[in-house]
Amino acid sequence: MRERRSLAALLISAPALFGLTLFVAVPFFLAVALGFTNLRLGSPLPLEWLGFEQYRRILTDSSFTRALINNLLFALVVVPLQTVLALSLALLLNQRLRGIAWFRTIFFMPVVFPLSLVAVVWVLIYAPGPNGMMNEFLQLVSFGNWVPRDFLRDPQLALPAIMLTSIWQGAGFQMVILLAGLQSISSELYEAASIDGAGRWRQFWHVTLPQLRNTLIFVVLVTSILAFRLFDQVQIMTRGGPHDATTTVMYEAVEAAFTRQQVARGAAMTVVLFLVVLLISWLQRRVASQERELS
Amino acid sequence: MGYVKAFLIYLSLLLIGLLFITPIVFMISGSLTPDAGVFAQAGGWDALWSAGVSLDNYRDVFARVDFMGYLFNSLFINGMIVGVGLLVNSLAGYAFARLQWYGRNLLFKLVLAVLIIPLEAIAVPLFYMVSLFGWRDTYWVQILPFIANAFSIYLFYTFFIGMPREMEEAARIDGAGVLRTFYCIIVPNAKPVFASVAVLTFLTQWGAFLWPLMVTSGEDVRPLPLAIATFYSLPPLQWGDIFAFGVMMVTPILVLFLLFQPWFVRGVVTSGIKG
Repeated sequence: MRERRSLAALLISAPALFGLTLFVAVPFFLAVALGFTNLRLGSPLPLEWLGFEQYRRILTDSSFTRALINNLLFALVVVPLQTVLALSLALLLNQRLRGIAWFRTIFFMPVVFPLSLVAVVWVLIYAPGPNGMMNEFLQLVSFGNWVPRDFLRDPQLALPAIMLTSIWQGAGFQMVILLAGLQSISSELYEAASIDGAGRWRQFWHVTLPQLRNTLIFVVLVTSILAFRLFDQVQIMTRGGPHDATTTVMYEAVEAAFTRQQVARGAAMTVVLFLVVLLISWLQRRVASQERELS
Repeated sequence: MGYVKAFLIYLSLLLIGLLFITPIVFMISGSLTPDAGVFAQAGGWDALWSAGVSLDNYRDVFARVDFMGYLFNSLFINGMIVGVGLLVNSLAGYAFARLQWYGRNLLFKLVLAVLIIPLEAIAVPLFYMVSLFGWRDTYWVQILPFIANAFSIYLFYTFFIGMPREMEEAARIDGAGVLRTFYCIIVPNAKPVFASVAVLTFLTQWGAFLWPLMVTSGEDVRPLPLAIATFYSLPPLQWGDIFAFGVMMVTPILVLFLLFQPWFVRGVVTSGIKG
């Protein structure tokens, strides 16, 4: 009887386990293995074991190092800005006011938009010339002092332009999670704080933020990882240009493996991407567990 | 709450809300602007209060590309991923949460370890593998790799493990097998987690772009997110048509979102509770 149940359990989980093995675990080990070779589709050269040669090559390649820096810049700018924006929105929405749910709908709506559609729409928003929507807007708020720019072909502005697009699309996701976090904070904590004479500002620092800490750590983790997976917007809006100003690790990997058929090189790049993701998750765990020790 | 404070909150919400909604309004109004208008004011604010309203752009989309074909592809691919995924992952989550079996703990640790691997990290070798299998340009290559999902298994696991044991005991005494217990006792009492997982899977897969870009070269099996990118690069560049394509492409998910908004929110929030 026990054996039969054991077999049944294995059988019902088999499809999922098979899928995860074939489509996640095998490719993962294959990525690591391929990164040490010279594999190239349709190449006449024999397959060779190169050791760390492929990694030496990509890490000394100026486009790839630029891609790593771009991803890092993207994370350093987008993560704090988007988190602060999302937290502000969540705080504004966490009020008992008539019609507040409408605003939640509006802020969350971009999240259901596919990134490729968002990218295409924002290409037109960033249209060059004085009639471009973003140019016109900046001219309006600067009282006519803004000189129209071609955002996506400007080496200085292309990456910030993609950052803004991404914040617009992603802020609602963080907001919803933070709002749920805010709503789960017990009102007794606020009552106790106000009895102790703490004003709004001190309540925010001493009740809200500490209670929201784990939620904040989580949204920061997710957004940081997304920053390193950046691809769709770059592929559609700038194709990594101008002069690698917006290239990313994933864009370089796809260019290598897909456009130039250099499978081994692309695999090595994605292994680097995975190591970064692993590092971010490890940091998050350390920060989260530190808190447990403190409390 | 004081009137001044409420007023300030509304004012900030209104200003930020305007910034958030403008790109969407811009897309919709651009899609309704006659071709000549969009050309004249490419990207301008004028497009927001366009001179005339016409459905020409929508007609153009159907004349220029097989929109309904793309829509079918997206619905079919996502329907399969969500539907079959619910079945496969809930069964695995159930086996891990409620059954005693040899190797369970080790396998579950492996499932959790797999959670951290994003698609991007394995896209290149996966692309190489499916090329070897000769699977490129098929529906299967866009469906099969995404059915088994470690995160879905994890969500099912956490839900099932919190359900009271007594429910199954009774069924077991009555002699029900594993599958019948699952179907008759567990599933009817676990609707929220099924809804959350369905919404989350749909939300993450509906916009899939990278993988279809790598594995499809023809039109036949191309899904909407890739189709709009290729439509955008298809000459002649007509912004009105592109926006009409965009509006039609986002309508199904927007309607779903507005109808089932609490479920979307709950699905996203569920993803935030992990760890």
